[in-house]
Amino acid sequence: MARMKFLCDAERCIECNGCVTACKNEHEVPWGVNRRRVVTINDGVPGERSMSVACMHCSDAPCVAVCPTNVIYQTEEGVVLHDKDGCIGCGYCFYACPFGAPQFPNGPAAFGARGKMDKCTFCAGGPEENHSEAEFEKYGRNRLAAGKLPLCAEMCSTKALLAGDGAEVSNIFRDRVLRRGKGIEAWGWMTAYGAEKEEAK
Amino acid sequence: MKPRFPIAPFAGALALALLAGCGEQPQVARYEQGKYEGKADTRPWDGAAFNGDRTAWELALRNRIVGQNEYKRVE
Repeated sequence: MARMKFLCDAERCIECNGCVTACKNEHEVPWGVNRRRVVTINDGVPGERSMSVACMHCSDAPCVAVCPTNVIYQTEEGVVLHDKDGCIGCGYCFYACPFGAPQFPNGPAAFGARGKMDKCTFCAGGPEENHSEAEFEKYGRNRLAAGKLPLCAEMCSTKALLAGDGAEVSNIFRDRVLRRGKGIEAWGWMTAYGAEKEEAK
Repeated sequence: MKPRFPIAPFAGALALALLAGCGEQPQVARYEQGKYEGKADTRPWDGAAFNGDRTAWELALRNRIVGQNEYKRVE
């Protein structure tokens, strides 16, 4: 097993926010904290593109490098996780992250009132016993330990959001791109699902 | 006439202190790689679902990953 990655196919994302809802519900994420969100570029203009964004679990994660208490780590599968017990809520990880992934729930912490950092865990829980109550309370559900993928990707209705081993996910995307073609004639439905479906529609 | 206070040692010390400002010290911070200091995590296949069987866990996950490709699913 190589490294766990997310991949969002901007040609397929329909901005339904199903991934955001699935994430919030699965982990019982508090108000004001969005581990995942959908970003739309050129909203309302033909050719607009949407993309689901969360922690990208960087191979060389800047948040790990800047954490002053050294409580952010990477698992064997490449998932970036953190120990909330040691988090002081300084917010350095937020400044370092190019995706704005770290979230702060405005709670008490050692350093200011931001609260302890919360972010996407790739549904892999955290440094507590697998499937324990403490793990769920602090980090959310551990689906990876149950042999499942993150719920955002599994719930995606158009399969725009893919999750899993980087090599496998790349193969799926490559296969998809080869089948649907490219260019001006491949816009909208054709781009997303291929020419055969266009005829059947 | 002998001065009441010996000026020479004070003047020497002052000159040395002023000269020290001309010294060049490295101004670039040295970054050191931190080491994880939080709690140890259990691996995903160590739970009750897989009982430490990494191969079974990888197989279960691979099936899920491949299942995301609807072209393969409909074949």
